[in-house]
Amino acid sequence: MRRELIKFALFAAVALAVPATIKGGYLLNVLVFVGINTMLAVALNLLLGFAGQISLGQAAFYGLGAYLSGILTTTYGWNPWTAMAVAAMAVGLLAFVIGFPILKLKGHYLAMATLGFGIIIYIVLNEYVDVTGGPSGFSGVPGLGIGNLHFDSDLKSYYLVWTMALLVMLLAVNLTQSRIGRALRAIHDSEVAARVLGVNARLLKVQVFTCSAVISCLAGSLYAHTVTFISPSTFGFHFSVELLTMVIIGGLGSIYGSCLGAALLTLLPEFLRTFQDYDIVVYGLLLIVMTMFLPGGLVQGFEMLWAGIRRLWPGRAGQDA
Amino acid sequence: MDFSQQLSQYLLSGLATGAIYALIGLGFAIIYNSTGIINFAQGEFVMLGGMFGVYFYTIHQLPLVAALVLAVLCAAASGVMFERLAIRPLRRATPLGLVIITIGGSILVRGIAMLVWGKDTHALPTFSGDEPIALAGATLLPQHLWIFALTVLLIVVNKLFFQYTITGKALRACAVNQRAAGLVGIDVRRMVMFSFLLASGMGALAGIIVAPLTMTSYDVGIMLGLKGFCAAIIGGMSNGIGTVLGGLLLGVLEALGAGLISSGYKDAVTFVILLLILFLRPQGLFSSGESERV
Amino acid sequence: MKTRFIRIATLLLALFSSVGAAIAAEPVKIEPIKIGALFSVTGPPSFLGEPERNTAQMVVDEINKTGGIKGRPLELVIYDTTGDPTKAVQLATKLIKDDKVVAIIGPSTTGETMAVKPVTEKEQIPLISCAAGSKITDPVNPWTFKTAQNDTLAVARIFEHLQKRKLDKVAILTASDGFGASGREQLKNQATKFGMTLTVDDTFGPKDTDMTAQLTKIRGSEAQAIICWGTNPGPAVVAKNARQLGIKLPLFMSHGVSSKKFIELAGEAAEGIILPSGQVIVADLLPAAAPQKKALMAYVQDYKKNFGVEGDHFGGHAWDAVMLLKKALEQGADTPAAIRDQLEKISGFAGIGGVFGFSAADHAGLTKDAFVLVEIRNKDWVLVD
Repeated sequence: MRRELIKFALFAAVALAVPATIKGGYLLNVLVFVGINTMLAVALNLLLGFAGQISLGQAAFYGLGAYLSGILTTTYGWNPWTAMAVAAMAVGLLAFVIGFPILKLKGHYLAMATLGFGIIIYIVLNEYVDVTGGPSGFSGVPGLGIGNLHFDSDLKSYYLVWTMALLVMLLAVNLTQSRIGRALRAIHDSEVAARVLGVNARLLKVQVFTCSAVISCLAGSLYAHTVTFISPSTFGFHFSVELLTMVIIGGLGSIYGSCLGAALLTLLPEFLRTFQDYDIVVYGLLLIVMTMFLPGGLVQGFEMLWAGIRRLWPGRAGQDA
Repeated sequence: MDFSQQLSQYLLSGLATGAIYALIGLGFAIIYNSTGIINFAQGEFVMLGGMFGVYFYTIHQLPLVAALVLAVLCAAASGVMFERLAIRPLRRATPLGLVIITIGGSILVRGIAMLVWGKDTHALPTFSGDEPIALAGATLLPQHLWIFALTVLLIVVNKLFFQYTITGKALRACAVNQRAAGLVGIDVRRMVMFSFLLASGMGALAGIIVAPLTMTSYDVGIMLGLKGFCAAIIGGMSNGIGTVLGGLLLGVLEALGAGLISSGYKDAVTFVILLLILFLRPQGLFSSGESERV
Repeated sequence: MKTRFIRIATLLLALFSSVGAAIAAEPVKIEPIKIGALFSVTGPPSFLGEPERNTAQMVVDEINKTGGIKGRPLELVIYDTTGDPTKAVQLATKLIKDDKVVAIIGPSTTGETMAVKPVTEKEQIPLISCAAGSKITDPVNPWTFKTAQNDTLAVARIFEHLQKRKLDKVAILTASDGFGASGREQLKNQATKFGMTLTVDDTFGPKDTDMTAQLTKIRGSEAQAIICWGTNPGPAVVAKNARQLGIKLPLFMSHGVSSKKFIELAGEAAEGIILPSGQVIVADLLPAAAPQKKALMAYVQDYKKNFGVEGDHFGGHAWDAVMLLKKALEQGADTPAAIRDQLEKISGFAGIGGVFGFSAADHAGLTKDAFVLVEIRNKDWVLVD
């Protein structure tokens, strides 16, 4: 546990030091979104990597968070922080209630059910024009602030978003190292065996699902207050798939992997832009190639690389001696 | 225009749309049953069918029948290529890995189609004219009859194929237990490839036959694939009549939802019903099924 | 003392002349004027973004070939937003902070524009949107302009026509995407003003394959005309379905389908459909004295020469945006603030979308004359008065 905390502290220090090393500008703006996506990817990873439950509807919770925050603050004039907390509670309750029937399902039936849920929410956001503004979106969401400090520049947004993201990561690291984490992994490997050993698998799965939903909802609120404009197309099925890709490319069950996956997929379009229209093809190819050759994700790749270097090192040292 | 006439039009339109979903759903079911893979790229083969059809018909000016046959062959070949290049090399395939790889595959196929054929929407001519046919106070197009006919034909051919041919039986054996099938001398890999050939060919056929009505473009595969997938789930992933009934039910629900409840929420209505089915009868509506899925 | 003065003077003279020579000798490096562009070249709205990108690049190349503006070439930095508002915001930031552009053209859709607006406003960079939603410039924001005709004007054209034909019960069928939703809002807002009753208010998904259910409902209502608002392929399906159901009511479409593509897709079913359109599709039918004739003909031919197909009015939005910028730059403006001021002074500029006249109170710049009503007859356009 202590080792994990040291690792986390190192990571946090690096994350918070990043803005000092770059000149600001556009990259900083992208890194804000990397932070939001990290929260979402970690949330999904808790569900997928630790409890082994797939979800293709994560974007729905993200969207609900964004819209609840947006509507409560803009239409009803609530304080953004209150709105954020209320949205998180409402979405948590919703996830808890639907979690019981949904998580009874397995495999692609679970995938289908979560996908269906995601599409229903998307349709509601898209069609309930009087409240959500419909397909043309919802604008004028106020920014966040504490007292006289307004998060209105990329630098300030960066610290706001990354503080939240780091808190979520810390929570996740703690969770996975705890008794709950071990119970979750047991469910992942064999639900029956876990049950026999006295794990209340069903309740635990629903709790993780709820936790994942609440984190996604918070990310949504942050998105709404940072961009100040929201429209349904951001929260569609394709984004759920993108999140899934982040988690898998980063490495299932690895918190830092999720961050890496989020960073890669958010920054990838920047590098692919040189390919012009070909980027969608490269994106598809990358997914296939990654799954084929590095099924454990980038984190596994780095571990292999590291092991390789370490094996090489004593060998050379031996020759020298 | 009284209400019963309206209702019969809703039902008929729903059945016609449902038949399209059923055709696509069958492709999902075939691959799932012989390999356990949910092929998220299935919708793209529907798109490939339509686009190859347009390519051969409008650009190479081939007769419609020739264009149709060539398009199905090309799409089936793409299906086999997809299996060989993306599915087979996957060692230690986990269900999740397969989901991701088929999603990756669908993005790739869509991207290539966009680069090769551009982003425009295209239409094919109807097979036998545009004159509407009146039926029980409602109207249909001749093309709808083609769709119904093809659906019935495919159910019958599927049934015969899986019951009476040696390849069909081998595919069924793979569905029950791949290792056991391997042990009795069935070349499981070839069967997997064959199921992809079959599914992509059928998907392409569906894509061509609906193209005159619904138009086609590089990105039609997503929505059609999703609806086909729903049809297959409602039908309990069966190779035959179950999925077809699932598709028809889906189509009718959509039409009734649009006509009677709200056109904007018709897909939401459909998905709520899908969720209820999954919650209450996860083995699908039309199969007695084992309880493995719960 | 005197000699010393002469010596210093000579030295200074020599110094100045050598510096002068050096300045003259060094080839004058002309800084290009950097303009940013955000188009959804891929993604669902690619039918907008692609012609817009092509057109913008074509116009800029032409300007540079003829020596640029006041001797300075234009440099166009184009990014693809894929129709995603989040990407649009990121890329707008990139254009402003990394590429340091003086003005931005685009984005293609209303949603993306609304997302980008707060950014350009804060950074004080003029934005010339190519999207149609009227809320982009209503209320007016000092830094935001647009070239696409407001939906308001298109709706007004149709309703006026209906009034003339003494039809007042209409059914509306709109796509549930940004374009359709914006049209629906305008149709509902203006219905009472023109004395119209909306008997049916239905929508369809942009990727739906069958609209007979909605049309059956309309057939069962008292509607005297149908107005369908969407972009390809949805409206083509609506046209085909209406024909299938034997609906004889006059069918109106939006300017979202005013391209030959729609006629090709809907085939026979397109006959008799009436729609408001920018004048670009009927350029050859316009009288020679029409103010836009010259620009329209030039654009259509140029586009055909470069890309093999006729230019449509979506590309025209980009043409207008680049040309408006050019006009502002020709007035000597080269900072964002000066460009903004000059844009606001433009009047009587005959472009593709219409005759533009901006003012501090109007950043959309067009009147309803920007639209003509056309009817599809024998697979071609005919002007309706």
